[in-house]
Amino acid sequence: MKTYSYYPGCSLEGTAKEYEISLRAVAPLLGFRLEEMHDWSCCGSTPAHATSHRLAVALAARNLNLAAAHDKGPDGLAVPCAACYSRLKIAVADLARDAKLRADTEEAMGEAWRGGAVHIMALPEILARDVGPEAIERATVEPLNGIKVANYYGCLLVRPPEMTGFDDPEDPQTLDEIVRATGAEAVDWSHKVDCCGGSLSLSRTSVVSKLVADIIDAAQIAGADCIVTACPMCHANVDTRQPLAAKILGRRLEMPVLYITQLLGLALGVPARQLGFRSHLTPVTSLLKKLQDRTRGRASGEGGS
Amino acid sequence: MKLLDLGSAGDPGFEAQIAKLAHTSPAACYACGKCSAGCPLSYEMDYQPHQVLRLVQLGLKDEALSCSTIWLCASCITCSTRCPREVDIAQVMDTLRAMARTEGVRAALPKVPKFYSSFLDRVQAGGRLHELSMTILYKLRSGDLFSDLDLGIKMILRGKLKPLPPRIQGRDQVRQIFRRVAEAERREGAAK
Repeated sequence: MKTYSYYPGCSLEGTAKEYEISLRAVAPLLGFRLEEMHDWSCCGSTPAHATSHRLAVALAARNLNLAAAHDKGPDGLAVPCAACYSRLKIAVADLARDAKLRADTEEAMGEAWRGGAVHIMALPEILARDVGPEAIERATVEPLNGIKVANYYGCLLVRPPEMTGFDDPEDPQTLDEIVRATGAEAVDWSHKVDCCGGSLSLSRTSVVSKLVADIIDAAQIAGADCIVTACPMCHANVDTRQPLAAKILGRRLEMPVLYITQLLGLALGVPARQLGFRSHLTPVTSLLKKLQDRTRGRASGEGGS
Repeated sequence: MKLLDLGSAGDPGFEAQIAKLAHTSPAACYACGKCSAGCPLSYEMDYQPHQVLRLVQLGLKDEALSCSTIWLCASCITCSTRCPREVDIAQVMDTLRAMARTEGVRAALPKVPKFYSSFLDRVQAGGRLHELSMTILYKLRSGDLFSDLDLGIKMILRGKLKPLPPRIQGRDQVRQIFRRVAEAERREGAAK
């Protein structure tokens, strides 16, 4: 069984708690273990890198040093949050190319930089590469046939590609592979890697509402029953800003937004009430109902034959 | 449209300074506009991203540090990914924001840096971000007290905003990082 060091990141303790709940629920069913790093701290996210490059790198480096010292996760560092993932990867690359930055970072941390060799993995990368679509298909007990999914990668899982590197920056496929392994359909759509506005949600709400409106509109045009993401910022914005997006589009919106681990949970037979759907701002009822009707239809179909 | 007096003296060292700090070459930009075409926020910006690069090339530092573009940039990195000249435009935006802060330039969209500083102050206090106290701090600083009140209440009721801040053992080290970075930046600012 693969065992990863685990860096949840601040969102997974709060606004993205359903991501944490569902990840914990599906990991054992997919045959991997997560060992949470002791005493991890915030990666700094966009507020740090938009304020001070040196601060951003040092905040990330502290966690990478902890990961390097954490001996319980031999198969890499699992990072579910796209922003944390991006900050950690970028810190490693920046520290490798810039000796002065390395000295500054060590001075700020009060310790030597040791995190350069940590194998940082985004969660979709683990699911698609280490677990793999075949294993997901085998573990699927409630195939999601008939469900159409718009996979929303957002920015930081795929850009900058020379740092992330595990998928195509314009037409990524990892989430699509995972979703197809559950029996669901991954729709082709235009906004896979478009930005949700990220951390402007509070400070410039109007642009986030507009971008969310564009994203949901595109998903609906593609016929999606739900949007699936692996980023807490994408989820927070697309889930919570639907009332404002609805005003822009001039129609009622109720587009379920699921973390990839929540969708996997449904396919792996985890009861919906254990997947954290209650904390969503936009209900996922339409999706759960479609799944239920389909299961019922299948059962009566079988009964009739 | 804004008119710029190109005859006014630009700062001849500005482009080189940005190039060094951002580890990229704004001089390589030939203004094709691909960054601006793909930028999801460009519709709100006073200068399009490729125009900001032009400001940097011309040494028009005051314009570059006071435009709204640097605060609207959401760091989605679409521009840097697509640039045919491999200019890391997103990094240039970060560099301009940081410079605007250290040089005390008034932000065109003050709420954006107020959000950033509220976020960072809470990380400095506890080592991890506590979203609820960060949001309250931001609301007090920005004066934008009442928007999203209903959303905030719903998020608390759904357990998305935890009432109590997390405290980690290593918060002293995190505070030290903030302190030492600030000291180093002050030293370097004074040396200039």
